[in-house]
This record gives sequence, structure tokens and C-alpha cells, in this order.
Amino acid sequence: MKTNNVDTRVDGAVLSIKDLEVTFTTDAGEVAAVRGVGFDVAAGEVVAVVGESGSGKSVTARTILGLLADTAVARGAVLLKGKNMLTLGPAQLRAARGEDVSMVFQEPSTALNPVYTVGWQIIEGIRAHTKISKKEAKARAIEVLRKVGIPEPEVRVNYYPHQFSGGQKQRVIIAAALALNPSLIVADEPTTALDVTVQAEILELLRAVRDDFNTGIVLITHNMGVVADLADRVVVMYQGKIVESAPSVELFANPREDYTKALLAAVPHLGRHSASAGMSERSGQDKEVLVEAKDLSIVYPGRLGSPGFRAVDEVSLKICAGEVYGLVGESGSGKTTIGRAIAGLNKISSGSLKVLGYEMLDYKERSFKKLRQDIGFVFQDPAASFNPQLSIGECVAEPLLVHRGLDPRAARTRVNELLEAVQLPAAFAQRFPHELSGGQRQRASLARALALDPKLLIADEPTSALDVSVQAKVLELFKELQAELGFAALFISHDLAVVDMLSTWVGVLYRGKLVEEGIGSQVMGNPEHPYTKRLIASLPVPDPVEQAARRAAFLKA
Amino acid sequence: MATTINLTENPAVTPPPTRPAAKAGGSFARYLLTRFLLIFPTIFILVTLVFFLMRVTGDPITAALGGRLTPDQLAERISAAGYDRPVIVQYFEYLGQIFTGNFGRTISDNRAVTEVLATYGAATAELAVNSLIVALLIGIPFGLLAAKMRDRWPDALLRVFAILCYATPVFFAGLLLKLIFGVWLGWLPIAGRAGVNAELQLTGLQNPSGIFLLDALRSGNMSAASDVISHAILPAVALGLLTAGVFLRLVRTNVIGTLGRDYVEAGRSRGVSEYRLLTKHAYRPALIPIITVMGLQIALLLGGAVLTETTFEWKGLGFQLAQYLTARDFVAVQGIVVLLAVIVALTNFIVDIIAALIDPRVRF
Amino acid sequence: MSTTTHVSVPSKRSLIYRLPVISHLRMSAGLQRGMLVVGLVLTVAFLLTAALAPLIAPFGFSQMADADGDFPTQAAPGGKFIWGTTVGGFDVFSRTIWGAQTAVAVIVVAVLFSIFIGVFLGLVSGYIGGWLDRVLVVLADAVYAFPSLLLAIVMSIVISGGQSSLWGGIMAAAISITVVFIPQYFRVIRAETVRLKAEPFVESAKVIGASTWRIMFKHVFRNATRTLPLIFTLNASEALLTLAGLGFLGFGIEPTKASEWGFDLNRALSDATSGVWWTGVFPGVAIVLTVLGLTLVGESMNDLADPRLRTRRKAKRRGGKAAA
Repeated sequence: MKTNNVDTRVDGAVLSIKDLEVTFTTDAGEVAAVRGVGFDVAAGEVVAVVGESGSGKSVTARTILGLLADTAVARGAVLLKGKNMLTLGPAQLRAARGEDVSMVFQEPSTALNPVYTVGWQIIEGIRAHTKISKKEAKARAIEVLRKVGIPEPEVRVNYYPHQFSGGQKQRVIIAAALALNPSLIVADEPTTALDVTVQAEILELLRAVRDDFNTGIVLITHNMGVVADLADRVVVMYQGKIVESAPSVELFANPREDYTKALLAAVPHLGRHSASAGMSERSGQDKEVLVEAKDLSIVYPGRLGSPGFRAVDEVSLKICAGEVYGLVGESGSGKTTIGRAIAGLNKISSGSLKVLGYEMLDYKERSFKKLRQDIGFVFQDPAASFNPQLSIGECVAEPLLVHRGLDPRAARTRVNELLEAVQLPAAFAQRFPHELSGGQRQRASLARALALDPKLLIADEPTSALDVSVQAKVLELFKELQAELGFAALFISHDLAVVDMLSTWVGVLYRGKLVEEGIGSQVMGNPEHPYTKRLIASLPVPDPVEQAARRAAFLKA
Repeated sequence: MATTINLTENPAVTPPPTRPAAKAGGSFARYLLTRFLLIFPTIFILVTLVFFLMRVTGDPITAALGGRLTPDQLAERISAAGYDRPVIVQYFEYLGQIFTGNFGRTISDNRAVTEVLATYGAATAELAVNSLIVALLIGIPFGLLAAKMRDRWPDALLRVFAILCYATPVFFAGLLLKLIFGVWLGWLPIAGRAGVNAELQLTGLQNPSGIFLLDALRSGNMSAASDVISHAILPAVALGLLTAGVFLRLVRTNVIGTLGRDYVEAGRSRGVSEYRLLTKHAYRPALIPIITVMGLQIALLLGGAVLTETTFEWKGLGFQLAQYLTARDFVAVQGIVVLLAVIVALTNFIVDIIAALIDPRVRF
Repeated sequence: MSTTTHVSVPSKRSLIYRLPVISHLRMSAGLQRGMLVVGLVLTVAFLLTAALAPLIAPFGFSQMADADGDFPTQAAPGGKFIWGTTVGGFDVFSRTIWGAQTAVAVIVVAVLFSIFIGVFLGLVSGYIGGWLDRVLVVLADAVYAFPSLLLAIVMSIVISGGQSSLWGGIMAAAISITVVFIPQYFRVIRAETVRLKAEPFVESAKVIGASTWRIMFKHVFRNATRTLPLIFTLNASEALLTLAGLGFLGFGIEPTKASEWGFDLNRALSDATSGVWWTGVFPGVAIVLTVLGLTLVGESMNDLADPRLRTRRKAKRRGGKAAA
């Protein structure tokens, strides 16, 4: 690694990045991932680095710990308490990691070693730096587990990762990061893998870490709500460069650059752009009932006598023609299971589920097949929902082939129409799925789902794998098409703001039970069930001032 | 989404190379029981398969003695042994016999198969253990090294070495070892389990275990012990190298997999040394699939033992099997094959349990 | 992970670049490429030797005399017999060359049989599931866990009673090996099918209403069989080793019917004791080089197909997460 000699520490700053350039060597020559980035982090300050895929924010984060791949070359300076991390030798680098700077990872379940106790993993970090006995190290591990709010740390220190919940695992990782009281913590998407309610707790913990230990935090995230909640200052990155850098309140109130403005505009904001704004009763109830569930339960069988898992528990709901029904819930709430059951991908266990008049309790693929042309499905992962061996055209034409028996030429005309409808060039029909971007694939997926003009479209988290700006465009497209074609839709999402933007009628699922149902704006604005209240209160809104008020109210409650 | 996890797949039925047991929920006792019960269908299937396959071609007596006896004599022997009855009757009788530990009598030398098994089993066990030690000593450290030095020249060398180990038939490796160390250099004996004197001394002991090294050490006979060791080296190396190649690749692939995991990066971010990251953080989680697949190699090892024993005239089950094959004594062959099947099934069971014990997700 | 599994599918390039081995060669880099090239060279040499055996070999495989009279026995390499002669008076060089032919025949027959049966069973069992699946899995696992050499012995007893003619011997060896390999193909294809069955693109075909056969062949089969070239090469080498093992134990093809390396090695064992090395070393090296070549090709293809193991031409490794 080559470095320009930029020396001396900036006063008061724990971390000072100057003119950082990171390039990767690839087939196509050198690719610059980070281009001339510089910012400071003071003790006790949270600096959020935000940006979409490919913005270089994660590479920047890894450079701070010297965790780059061998093929990467970094120039410039990363001064951590005066030491330039880019010039340190392996031994000094190792000494600095954990002691001066440590890291919190995105996915708590993969960042903990499954075959060692959490205590062992924390002790490993401690004993790598200080020559103390195992017993002392364990006492310290217990201490730090207590600090992050793990109950009964004396016992839990001997637990294995799988014995903790997702949120607790993230606490353990924060504990491991705190073990040697570093001056700086780099948190790389620390709440992205967590549910909103858990996210709120982890954000609270990070805030406490900053306040209690005066630790500087570099927060890498794509979630503007999280930024608004926690950050003191924000650095916006785009294609390896810093677009804008400002104190949090200022950035949200008065974004200077066009990119920042567009980014902020694309973020769904709970309570704005509600599809049901001004509605007072459920619309379209006189129309044909497409889906009707009565006391629907779905149980995944357990193995060999162990009890089954009740994914859906006595849910009753109704979707009428032309209506967009929004189903929200956290992971494990059963929302996806319900969507899959309606499409005949999951068997139902008891109760009744009528889809287009067909009772799913007596499901037979043969008799249901004819009805499938009236049901479209959009899957969550746009990368995995296309057969990699077939072209986009072939994929989109498949429903036409199966149900209409169209010959390829007739199908091609229709495919072109469909691609046009989802705003993709007709030439994309020749391409293969991996040649499209995520947003383009999701458009193509929508085209395939709509190929036969279905009465009902099931969209299972269709935008959660996409960047915010791409998500906004896909959602816009979805809205337009729904208005134009008038299909009914079951829109499944964990994101309350997104659901509210699209659906007029919203159901809230919690551990398999439908705890609340109502007009979108009313559920979001005036929730009745305690769980819905908690869910909505824990969702950070992308506005620091409003979020501070919400947080205060939430903590009081 | 969490709800789409396939909960119906029974991991005990499909020994997966990646993950030995249920991820969560299943208690260890239940896993143990189901895994144990699975041994029986495995053995049952193999016994059935071998029995019917061997019987399709005709009765064992004609196969062994046909041409040497007159048709009348043959028919008499056949009816005396009950081979003229319907096959299905013979099958159930055979099952019953096996259940009571009766594997029949050999045709060529009229011994109880169980006696053959008891006499020669220890020698095969000794060879298997010796070569396993060789395989582990080479496979694990070099596999770790190759994973760490991935795609650099030590890795390339080790991989070619591993493939060579696998590509060399064990009898050819044996032949080369005999030529080089036995015939040309004259360092080591090239046949048998011990010299004549040592063998006499060791088989004459009271209650011999049959494992020569143990017997020699127990009786304090140091010269016999060194003689036994010098005889054991070449066969153990020949068979051990075969398995070492497989182990090396296994360790390398799995450790490369775990080295790329977030938890290793997390350890690195806390300042843990690269050596510890390799030998603890990456190695231990890789061990679960490694052990499971190592268990499946027992079959390879036993198949290799048959060839090794023949090459080195190591008088074990494999050597005997080859002798009986030449003599077309299919009762003996069937007995030995079934016994080996049982051993494989049992070892796989034990190995799966060990793998499960390492995995805390199964234990708790 | 799901995104990375599709990377290796090239699109509009000409067909030739989509052929397994060639596309792998293009994808490879550095040491991996070196290993693949060495493997390919050895494999091609093996195939050419087999094809051109009548031209290369100076004598027939069972020839013990020519116009000048009987061949000498155990003659050291040199002169007319460049690799020497055996105790029975065969020319070692000729027998080693002819052995390639036997090996190719057995490998091709064995692997073709087991691919067809194994792939079909794996696909059906994995996709349809249910009781058929469970029974087949238990059966395949039982056979898989069994020492393959022993099973091959049993099979060759069944088929030929242990001794046979040229084609009888080749078929016996091939079928014995097939029985051993079916469970392996079955397991691989079944596992792949079960994995693919849960992939959204298969589910989306299901939601569309595509028929079971259409899903199985259009969507599952085409993706599940991408690993076949790999299994093919790995099993080809295993088939050769099993054939040699059978021959070594005297269950191969008689020396007068065809040349077989394992059998020759068996005969060479006693020669070695008296220091006669050439009867064993040459057929042995032939086996090693052939298996080495096939395995190198298979291993390289495996590494290239697995994004975890592929070296990209000096590409970023961990830096790939930059996209997060």
C-alpha cells in the first residue's frame, strides 16, 4: 500500500480521513471504488456515511480498520488517533484493531462464530491485546455484556450464538466491539438485518455507547430514518465521492446538492403520500370477492413428535376486485406464508381460504391450474426469480405459452407490449437475467406477473432488495399500472411507509395473528393494538427533528 | 423470509456434506435415537442386496466346486446345505442366522465365517488405524496450510500432491514403496505383519488382542514391537496416503469456506492473530462437515485395505477376501462383505455423533 | 448467494464458448489455469493413445512371439522391447498402450449408464418427493456408504462369474462400476433439484401454472445438470481406479482378451520382490497420469464453477462487499 505522507492529527478528531482513494485491480484494469474521500470524526460524535449500492461507503469503512483485500490499493491517509492506518505494519495494525477501533457488522447471525460461546469470542479479542488470565478476561466479558443490556451475563457468557435472538446477537457484537473501550466504532449497516422494533433498541444502545463512553461512531447505512435518528453529522456518498457533508439537522432541512435532494425525496416517509389519505371507509366492497380467508391457520409440521410451527394463526381477511391490500409485519409474522398460500405454494392446515372461489383446503394442482392465469406473483429477490438459462423474453412469455399456447412470434408482440408497459426497452427481451440490474429485473418480473392480465397480483416484498431511488421508481410504476389495469393486489412488506403509500386497506400481522386491520392512513396515524403502536413508534422517520420528538414520546411510553 | 425455510427435510436421512444435523429445536437425544435407528435399514438393505446378488448366479457350491465334483456329488452337497430350496426361504433363514451371529461356514476350508472374522479382523483394524493416523497427520496440517496459502504456489503443490495421492492406486503405491524402500534401499520389510520369530511370540501369548503392536507392548517384548512397527510402516503409508489426499482436499475446501465468513473477519477486526484465526476461528466450524465426510471415507479406507493387504501380504480380512475370491468361495465372501458393511454403518453412526457433538446447535 | 450462482452463464457468445470445458478455460486464471491446462493435455494424450493404439503399439496385447521367435521373458527395457517384457513374455510397452483402449471403453460405458439412470432418478426423486424419494434416498445412502470396490466385486461375480471375454469383461466392469456410481449421481442431482425447487424462479413457474414436466425439464434439469461435466470427469477417474482394482484382484479381463493395467500390476507384484521394476511401473504410471489428468480437469472445473473458490484474474475478493 502506497501513501502520501499526510501527518499530524487533527485536534479533537479521533478519526481523520484525508484524500482517501481506493482502487481494485480487476479484469477491466483499475476500478476506483473510493475517490478522494475525506472527513473527520470527533470523540462522542456519530458520523453517518450514507449512499446506495456502489457508493463506496463500505469500502471506506473497511479501510478504517485496514481490512481491505490484497488486490486493493489505498492512497491518502486514515489517521486514527494520529496513526495512519494505511502505513502500519501487520503487527501494529493488529494492535490497533479492537484497541483503538472496532467494528459492528451488518448480519449478527454470521458475524458470530457458531461453534464457540459468545464469551470465548469476546475473550479472544481481549486476550489478543492484554496479557491477562482467562478468568480476568471472562470477568471483563461479563462486565461488557452487562453494559450492553444482556440479562444475566454471568450465565449468558457461556451461551452459544444460536441461543440468542437476532437483536441480542447484535448486542453481543457491540459488546465485543466495546470490550477494550476503543475510541472509535465503525458500524456497517448495524440494523439492516433487524426488525424495526429491534432496530429501535439497537439504535438506543449505540446512542448510549456514544454518550456513556464518549466513543466516536462511523455509521454506514442506506436507511435515512436511521441517519435521522442517530447521526450528528452526515456524509453523503455517490460513486466513490462525497456529494455533500453537513450536520444532520441541516442536511435534512436544507439539502444543497441535487443528488441529496433526490435521495431524500425518494425515501418513503410515514404519513406522507398515503394511498388512503382522506378515505373514511373501505372502498370497492360491492365488487367480486377474490380472496377470502376465515380462521386460516398454516402449520409447518415439526419433525418426529416435536410440535409444529404455527406460521399463520386463525387469520380472517378479504380482498375484493381492484383493491390493494397491504399486509405488514416483521420477520416470522406469517405475511409471506399467507401470500404463498393464496398462490398455492403452501398448503393450508385449517380454516378456510377461498381464492377466486376455489377452496384451498381441498387444493389439487390440476383443478387449480386454470385459475392461475388470474393470479400474478412478484417475488422478493429479483435476481433469483428468473431462470438464469432463459432470456428475459422467454421468461416473460412463459405464462402466454402455458395458458394461451401462443406461438413464439405472437408471444413476442405481447412481450414487447409488456416490456414497454414496465418501461423497459424491447431489446431487453434478448438479454439474460444476470445482464439486468436489480430494478430492471423487478420490472421484468412485474411484466411477467401481468402477462395474462390477472385479477389478483401478489407482491411479496417486491422492493426490499432494491436501493431507495430504484425502489421509488418501481413503486411509482406499480401504482400507475394498478390504476391503469385495475387489478387487485396483496402487497406484502415489512416497511410501513411503503405499504401505506400503495395500499388503501392494511392488515398488521404479529406472530401469525392478524392483530389489526383498517384503512391505511388510520392504522398508521391512529393505531389501536399495542403491537401496532410499538411498531409504528419504533419506525424512524427521515427527519431528525420529527424523529427526536417521536423518540421522546416512544421512550416515555 | 424466515417462513420459507424448508422444515420437512430430514437431515438425518440425507447425510449432507455441509451440515450434519438439525439446526435448531431437535434435542440431541432425539437426534441420537433417529440416527441410531437408521443403521438398521442401512444394514438390512445391504445384506439383502448382497444376498440376492450373490444368489442370482446360482448356488455357492457349484461356483466353488463345480467341475471338481461329479454332478451327483454336487447335487448331494447342494441339498445338504439347503441351497435347493426356494431362494426366499433361504433368505429368511440367512437373516435369522445373521441375527444370531451365524454367518455360515466357508466352502473351501470349512471354517465358520465368524471364526475367520475374529482371526483376521484385528489385523485389518490395525492397518486401518495406522493408516488413519498417517492420513490425519498429513491431511489436516497441510490442508490448513493450503487453505491459508490459497492459490499461491505452496497451495498448488499441495493440491497436486493430494490429487496424486488419490490418483495412485494403492497397490501401485505399495509396489513403488516395496521397490524403493524394500528392494533397492533394503530399509524395511516388504511383506507380512511381523517377522517369523516375532509373529510366533505374539500369537503364542495368552489372550492376544490380535493387534500385534498392543500385544508386543503389553508383554514388554521390545524387539517384537520394533519388528512390528517396521512391518507396519509401508502398508500404513500406502493406504494412508490415499486417504490423506482426500483429507487434505476436504480440509482445504472447508477452511477456505470458513475463512471467508463474517465471523473470521469479525475476529480480525478485534485484533486476533492470523494464526489463531486459521487454527481456531476458521478451523473449528469447518470441522463439522470435515468429520462427516471423513466418516464416509471409512468405506474408501476399507476398500483400500483389501488391496493394500493383498499387496503387502498383510494377513487381514482383505487378504482373506482376495483368497476366497480366487477360490470362488462365495459364502466366505458374502460373510466378509456383510461384516464390512456393518462396520461401515456403525462407524458412520459414531462419526455423525461426533460431528453433532462438536456442533453446539445440535447439543443445546 | 443466489446472485452469484448465475454469474457463470454467458449469454450471446457463440455456442463454442458455452461448451463446458472451453468456457471454463476462458474463465480460468493463474495457477488454476495451469492446472486445467495440464489436466487437459494429459486427458487428450490418454484419449489419443486409446484411439491410435493400433498405430502406436509395435505388438498386439497378447502377442508373445513374432517372426524372430518367442519374446524373451522379463527382459529389461531396451532394444526391441523399449519397456521390457513380462514374466509371461508380453511386451510391456504394447500392453500399456493397449490398456488405454480398455480403460476408455469401460469409462465411457460406465459413466454413460450411470449418468442416465442416476440423473433421471435424482431429478424425479428430488422434484416429486414423497415416499418414492425417501425410499430411494435410504437405498442410495446405503449403497453409497458401502466400499465401492466390494460392491463392484459382488457385481462382477453376478455378471460374469468373475472371468470373461473382451466385451463381456468390459461390460461386466462397466456395469459393476455403474451400480456403484448411480447413487452418487443420484445424490448430487437430487440435492441440486431439491435446492432448485425452492428457488424463486421455479416457484414462479409453478405460480404461472407450468406443468410438472415443463418445470422439471425446462427449469430444474437445465440448471441441475450444470455440474454434470464435473461429476463426469471425477467419476471417470474413479471408474478407472475401480477397474484397476478389480483387475488387480483378478476380476478383470483376461490377458489374452484385452490389456488391462490393474491385472498387469497384479502380475508385477512378485516381479517387484526380485527387483524387476518395469513390469509394474509403466502400467502404474499410466493409471496415475490418466487419473491425474481427469481429476485435474474435474477439480479445476469445480473451482471455476464455485464462486467461493474461483480466482478472478487479480480481482477483488473481500472488496466485493463494496456493493453492500
